[in-house]
Amino acid sequence: MSSLDRKLVRNILQMKGQVIAICLVIACGIGAYVMALSTMESLRGTMERYYVRYRFATVFANMKRAPLSLSERMSSIPGVAQVYPRVVKDVTLDIEGFPDPAIGRLMSVPDFSKPPLNNLHLRSGRWMEAGHGSEVLVSEAFADAHHLKPGDTILAILNGRKKELTIVGTAITPEYIFEIREGDILPDEKRFGLFWMAYTDLASAFDMDGAFNNVVISSTHTASMPDIIRHLDDLIEPYGGLGAYAREDQISHQYLNNELHQLESMARVVPSIFLSVAAFLLNVVLSRLISTQREEIAALKALGYTGWEIGWHYIKLMALIVTAGTILGTMVGAWMGNGLTNLYLAFYRFPVLEFRFDAWVIVSALAISLVAGVIGTFAAVRQAVKLPPAEAMRPAAPADFKPSIMERLGLDALFSQTARIIIRNLERRPLKAGLSVLGISTAIAVMVVGGYMKDSINYSIDIQFARSQRQDVTVGFVEPLTTAAVYEVEHLPGVRRSEPFRSVPARLRSEHHSRRLAIQGVQPGGELFVPMNIDGKRIPVPDDGLLVSRVLAEILHVQPGDYIEAEVLEGRRPHLRILVSGVIDDFTGLCAYMNIDRVHELMQEQGDVSGAYLLVDQDQVPTLFRQLKNTPRVAGVMIKKAAVESFEDTIAKNLMTIQMFNAIFGTIIAFGVVYNSARVSLSERSRELATLRVMGFTRAEISIILLGELGVLVSLAIIPGLFMGYGFVWWSSLSMVETELFRIPLYVAPETYGRAVLTVVIAAVISGLAVRRRLDQLNLIAVLKTRD
Amino acid sequence: MDNGQIEAWERDAAETRQAVFRARGVTKVYRMGQLEVHALRGVDLELYQGELVVLLGPSGSGKSTLLNILGGLDVPTDGHVWYVGHDLTEDDDAALTQFRRRHVGFVFQFYNLIPSLTAKENVALVTEIARNPMRPEDALEIVGLGHRMDHFPAQLSGGEQQRVAIARAIAKRPDVLLCDEPTGALDVETGIVVLEAIDRVNRELGTTTAVITHNAVISRMSDRVISLSNGHIHGVDVNTEKIAVRELVW
Repeated sequence: MSSLDRKLVRNILQMKGQVIAICLVIACGIGAYVMALSTMESLRGTMERYYVRYRFATVFANMKRAPLSLSERMSSIPGVAQVYPRVVKDVTLDIEGFPDPAIGRLMSVPDFSKPPLNNLHLRSGRWMEAGHGSEVLVSEAFADAHHLKPGDTILAILNGRKKELTIVGTAITPEYIFEIREGDILPDEKRFGLFWMAYTDLASAFDMDGAFNNVVISSTHTASMPDIIRHLDDLIEPYGGLGAYAREDQISHQYLNNELHQLESMARVVPSIFLSVAAFLLNVVLSRLISTQREEIAALKALGYTGWEIGWHYIKLMALIVTAGTILGTMVGAWMGNGLTNLYLAFYRFPVLEFRFDAWVIVSALAISLVAGVIGTFAAVRQAVKLPPAEAMRPAAPADFKPSIMERLGLDALFSQTARIIIRNLERRPLKAGLSVLGISTAIAVMVVGGYMKDSINYSIDIQFARSQRQDVTVGFVEPLTTAAVYEVEHLPGVRRSEPFRSVPARLRSEHHSRRLAIQGVQPGGELFVPMNIDGKRIPVPDDGLLVSRVLAEILHVQPGDYIEAEVLEGRRPHLRILVSGVIDDFTGLCAYMNIDRVHELMQEQGDVSGAYLLVDQDQVPTLFRQLKNTPRVAGVMIKKAAVESFEDTIAKNLMTIQMFNAIFGTIIAFGVVYNSARVSLSERSRELATLRVMGFTRAEISIILLGELGVLVSLAIIPGLFMGYGFVWWSSLSMVETELFRIPLYVAPETYGRAVLTVVIAAVISGLAVRRRLDQLNLIAVLKTRD
Repeated sequence: MDNGQIEAWERDAAETRQAVFRARGVTKVYRMGQLEVHALRGVDLELYQGELVVLLGPSGSGKSTLLNILGGLDVPTDGHVWYVGHDLTEDDDAALTQFRRRHVGFVFQFYNLIPSLTAKENVALVTEIARNPMRPEDALEIVGLGHRMDHFPAQLSGGEQQRVAIARAIAKRPDVLLCDEPTGALDVETGIVVLEAIDRVNRELGTTTAVITHNAVISRMSDRVISLSNGHIHGVDVNTEKIAVRELVW
């Protein structure tokens, strides 16, 4: 090791506190980068391989009932590679020891072969045998949630008849990597499960022999998706087609894609924040180091070292710190990525989800952090390279001070000498002070972001499930029923109040923009379902026309007063022109509400209903559920409390982890910035402070000068930090709005702001005290002897 | 010594010894904020092979500036400096660095050791980049610090630190040794030890040596004394009664 390298190592050891602080900041950024990127790559790679190997379809469509011969005609649509017609039926399940009604989605598989598309991956047991009548494969998530294993049986109501299904195995499918029912916001593995049954058995149970009601299609690479969908829609139209859609609109795929998006934006945003802070800290620390080593640099130059050799020496110092931070960050990132991948396994069902960690992630992490390091240290190193040796031999000229703005304004009488020292010092280098403030603000902002997810989800749950949806249970019917059914439901045990709704599947169109959804006919002035804005404002359902979600209005490019085309995909399938009379800024992206009476008029029907919202007596719930499970016409029951609880069990727990990590991240930034600023101030001013001590100032008094400056910086950082936090929140919410599945509102609880500020202030105080300890140990004589 | 004698001596020296440095009309003007400081006002001088010259003058006389220019640490505002026939004032920064690296050893008033390196490592700093250096251990032996090699600057006295600086300067076997107030920060006894080290290097290695001082006593150990004041050379004296460093008293 050369002597210069030895100097480098010892310099690092000397500033170990500062070096550790910077390393940690870099490690946070690189950790987030490595975690997000490698998890994203793992997830994306696994997903793509899974899709290819298990032949995940690209086009999907539901209809009422079509003859199998129709699939031949589908095959001849240009661009279609393979057509796989299925029978898919949702049924009510009755599981032993589980009082709530659950929904099972029964899907047919070919009798004697594996599904040609959306193939299954068998997890346990065996494939079912056709002709046995009741053998099923069950989705792994549902089986896990209910501890079901091959050999167990489960009761289901198939076409009005109770039937015992025998589980012969568990399986997963690329179609439901994320097992959620269309239209649901939250997954609920206990109350929604997938079942696969041989075609013959399923078709005969539902009188669908020789027919199908669901089709999945794979397309050639060059196929035009809109053309296929248009052709397909034309074909299924006479058979009660509910509109074909592409993989992008498939719910499980949408969730996965959304997750990948978020990881990608995380891999971009988080590291840029942390590495900016690290670059700033490197700049502060290295500038100071170079200015204290001014004479050493001059001596080295006098000895014949070139400017480049000296510059390289300091670049190596930076590179060492950055590399150490990157290695630490990579290890932490790999560890967190592995953890996150395992966490995903609870939500996403893959044959294998291996955490993959590519070398290029490390290489790019190192490259990115080195670039940040070079940006941060460029000016300081340049200063060292350019330093004229003869000039550097002489002590640096006293810093150029000016009366501060306060004094120029004539307010100087208000300030003590100590306060003047603080103010002038801050004012002398406004850029440095500004960047310090920015750094501390960032710490606050990072903590605000950490709390935001939880806040806004709690807020959403409150608005959505406590104030807007006031029902306890939502009952959906297999097919629209007459008002008599409502009367029947109203008289179920424990039902205190019921409000019917009419849900009509339709394709809404405005010029070339269109979306498939269900027009929800609700009772105006209803008390169980109250359409509400994200800010909690009630939006009444208009007497006439549609009330549409803001996101939907944006997608369709319509505003109140415009007319849209509605192709109803049910009944006599009318094509209607409907007035958009209002826009609602709600949580779920694609809703269209209408007065239930207007829906009846448009459909030319006598008060048909699709389901009802129920308010129930909690004591009677078990009896009600028992009864509902035995009601053949009930297709699904959504229990609000259970959905919220299951959500809180899973997602909320993860959010706590995220919040904790952000708290650690914020503390590290706060500590890094404050500690480094304090150490640098101490080093710059130890001579001045020692002089004051010699003159008779107490330790407390000189501490005020040093820590007062930090106090001012921290105080100045609070307000911008809160604004920046809100800005970050806004920024990160941008990447979610586009999902259409749900929206996370921009809501930050006051406690979150408070906690962010408090944590940063505490971190600042601790860093300040650590430096103050050094101030107490100031060796007056030694300090005064040093020339700088 | 009158002018005639000096001229005779210089002629003699010019015939027998080669001029290592030759300066003509060297001027240096500094700008310090609003102020213009004339550090050197047209200096002419020669330094000859193997001699020990003292540049004597009060603070602010321009001697440090002159030394820095001779050593390639600084460039004159006007005038020329030749090192063995090579015009240093034509050189750019890189060339001056190479010049320092190959030919010049510097000793500073405040030693300028690297505090994070031991005595030996400070010397090694130079030996690692020099063409034909001596071993750091040998350089430290020459200045009598063979036993303190592994001490850090903070563990050494001022005199010891300065001797490390001398060892560092001579370890590359420089052609010239330039010392800027080497005893300025030291007490008499320590100063003597340091000067002895310089003298020994000059005698034993034959290194052309220039020592800056404001202490007239020190000039008695030199071959020649060049006196500066206010940026001018106002006298060059050949020391006919050169005395041993031990006998210096101030």
